[in-house]
Amino acid sequence: MLNTLTLKQALDKLEKKEITLQDINSDVKSAIEKLNKDLNVYLTLNEQKITDQETTAPLAGLPIAVKDNYCTRDLRTTASSTVLDNFIPQYDSTVITKLKKAGGHIVGKTNLDAWAHGSSTETSQYGRTLNPRNTDHLPGGSSGGSAAAVAADLCLASLGTETAGSIRQPSSWCGVVGLKPTYGRCSRYGVVAMASSTDSPGPITKTVEDSAIILNYIAGHDKYDGTTSNQEVPDFTQFLDQDIKGMKIGVVYTDIEGLEEIKELFIEQVKIFEKLGATVEFVKAMDPHHAIGVYTIIQRGEVSSNLGRFDGIRYGNDRSFFGHEAKNRIMLGTYTLSKGYADQYYNTAQKVRTLFIEDYQKLFQDYDVLISPTSPGYAKKVGVSESSAMFGELEDMLLEPSSIAGLPGISVPCYRDPKTNLYLGMNIVAPMFREDLVIKVGDAFEKNTKWNTWRNK
Amino acid sequence: MSKSNYNLVCGMEVHAELKTNSKMFCGCKNDPFGAQKPNIYTCPVCLGMPGGIPVANKQAIEWTIKLGLALNCKINLFSKFDRKNYFYPDLPKAYQISQYDIPFCYDGVIETSYGPIRITRIHLEEDTGKLLHKKIKGEDVSLIDFNRSSVPLIEIVTEPDIKSPEQAKEYGKALRDIIRYLGIGDCDMEQGGMRLEANISIRKEGESELPNYKTEVKNINSFRFVEQAIKYEMERQEEILEEGKTPKQETRGWDSDKSVTFSQRTKEDAEDYRYFPDPDLPPIRFTKEQIEQIRDELPELPVVLVSRWEKQYNVEPRFSELLFSSQDEAKWIEDIFIMSEREGIKVNKIANTMVNKKIDFKYSDKPSDLVAKYKSANATDDISDEEFISVIKKVLENNSDAVARYKDGQTQLVNFFFGQTMKTLGKKVDAGYLKKLLQKELEK
Repeated sequence: MLNTLTLKQALDKLEKKEITLQDINSDVKSAIEKLNKDLNVYLTLNEQKITDQETTAPLAGLPIAVKDNYCTRDLRTTASSTVLDNFIPQYDSTVITKLKKAGGHIVGKTNLDAWAHGSSTETSQYGRTLNPRNTDHLPGGSSGGSAAAVAADLCLASLGTETAGSIRQPSSWCGVVGLKPTYGRCSRYGVVAMASSTDSPGPITKTVEDSAIILNYIAGHDKYDGTTSNQEVPDFTQFLDQDIKGMKIGVVYTDIEGLEEIKELFIEQVKIFEKLGATVEFVKAMDPHHAIGVYTIIQRGEVSSNLGRFDGIRYGNDRSFFGHEAKNRIMLGTYTLSKGYADQYYNTAQKVRTLFIEDYQKLFQDYDVLISPTSPGYAKKVGVSESSAMFGELEDMLLEPSSIAGLPGISVPCYRDPKTNLYLGMNIVAPMFREDLVIKVGDAFEKNTKWNTWRNK
Repeated sequence: MSKSNYNLVCGMEVHAELKTNSKMFCGCKNDPFGAQKPNIYTCPVCLGMPGGIPVANKQAIEWTIKLGLALNCKINLFSKFDRKNYFYPDLPKAYQISQYDIPFCYDGVIETSYGPIRITRIHLEEDTGKLLHKKIKGEDVSLIDFNRSSVPLIEIVTEPDIKSPEQAKEYGKALRDIIRYLGIGDCDMEQGGMRLEANISIRKEGESELPNYKTEVKNINSFRFVEQAIKYEMERQEEILEEGKTPKQETRGWDSDKSVTFSQRTKEDAEDYRYFPDPDLPPIRFTKEQIEQIRDELPELPVVLVSRWEKQYNVEPRFSELLFSSQDEAKWIEDIFIMSEREGIKVNKIANTMVNKKIDFKYSDKPSDLVAKYKSANATDDISDEEFISVIKKVLENNSDAVARYKDGQTQLVNFFFGQTMKTLGKKVDAGYLKKLLQKELEK
């Protein structure tokens, strides 16, 4: 089955003419026909034909899944909210323009938590997605559809977006690789805004290598997004297969409450780095619990403003179509930005955010990268998010500090529970614009352990 | 009404659109008044589509600072844009990008003939779309034109230093003149390219504390109306105060048909705009050197220019002021002055001639042509209009027969009158000008 190839394998085989694009597409198509109904990964499949331009470009027209909060020209974009049930954008987001130019063909638009609010896909107004590894469980979120599409081989690679965990947490739960680039590395133009100050588009893939390939094509300054950086974009694949001897790795968050279930398993996995010649130290970082408060206040505030445009005048459906979670967040954000409260909440949160940034600066004086579990545990059971208003924030707690600091991070599978077939992820974080380091360390871990599905068939 | 015992306390907020090539936060053409059709200069950003992200127009920021420097403002080296959140159909993002607590410019001053007016701040923001309420096929509909959406808009706020309706009018005009002279805005009042708002209260003569209320009269689109609106408000408020009551703190509109202000919104339902820094736009930092560079690029301002001309060419300011409204025109006028001086013509005299339209000119004329024209026409003695007219009258009186025949249709007699007048004057005169005056008298 050619849909189980990694992006890199497919590219190599195509180049050697061992297979054709049609072969791959027909296998992907039949996998979708077989599984999508149950998994609920794709909300909309792309009927647009693969163009000659795509097939002759580097990614050769290979099928890429795209989270449904990227605006795609002439292809419905809902952000998993029925407010946008009939919204067909007239333009492509910059990342999509770049992906198409590089020859990536959108196979379909994947499910997410409505407006990317959540970590389960259970707030999607088009129904939840199930975890392909174990369908009694959730895929995580908000990019749950994209992570599940990769895990179930319903595409060769996918795009997600992360505000605070939305790429890495579902990647961890689905046993795939998720790379959240530095804030400002990839353009936000055309991505339905959630929390503008932290939104980061990035790849979700089968291997670290595939993430590096995708990042090569979607990164870079964009004149349409003033928050993108002028930093040069290196060829990220050059950081694969590198020696990590002498690197200094700091392990954080293994000392905090709530990690009991996985702590020992995780610490066991870290040992490989020492075998590979890196130094590993357990180190104390600023308590991520504080990040929950910071992130919640900033994100809710920005959400309440960003969603104001869906006022019922345009886009067909009015405000009554907003789901419970969105309403919750709009109200909380409206409150925290209100006169007399902005100082107490929003401005204070910004100050604490600065403390996190400073804490990282200090840590990165001593360590090249910082690692931790991606999520406090395995994928949760279906239905569990509905009873917890702060579900997402708790599941994303270990990722929120690096998100609010704008840092790059990657989640790679680092354990599989043989009983449940559920995965744990390892989060690797580096300083701003040092995606090279997370790719280098992530790739070394992946290639020297047995947890990556596609490398250990 | 008897002489009032109350004094005006008034500050103004003026909005003016900048005439940059593109809009404030996107690449769309900034030409809402020139657009052939509604909604042609739009894109995902100014339509507020999902995923649209603003990118600030550098030119607009520099122009705002330019105006600030021209109005003697201090400039914030660190500044930012904030979101002002509110719902209105002409505001597609449900927030306007504006500046809240750190405007680009603050603490300036502008001189008027009634005294100085302090400028509190100048900030930069984006204009909204335009609503059109129409009847189509018998149905009342509201249409939205987004050509104006996100056009750069500056807001100039003054301290409550305005002491009379006349001063308010003069201030508005002075501001318009400076904006036009800097070449940063057209300030077309009728189209809404410049909009005036006055915060008005009054207090008893001799009092110095700010009154505990004010009314805001918004969206006034002429200098005359702002003068009238303030006058009207002063009288209305005085009546209320005389009854021992306090006027309501409220927003009022100006009805130019009835020449009255009317209540629009009281402060009780004042909105909370939930300002916060726009996360889409990085903060803006300037160095002192950058500000000085903008200052260096400032043209000589009209006030300075007029006083220099007075010293350098002996031209009376009352003439100079009327001779130009843009930098190009000022340059052209000065070329004339330089040339006149070289030719030994009294500069004040040619200025007077031009102001009083005794010589036809266009700013596109070649300065040398104009000076030559002036010279040939004015190789003459200096004769006042009064003298001309009294001589013409005398000639006509003395030749009443000829006048009657002229009026019967013998129009060629005009040459006779001309000759007679020239003879009587006995001086070298501008023949064309004399003929014009003569014709006028004959037609009476």
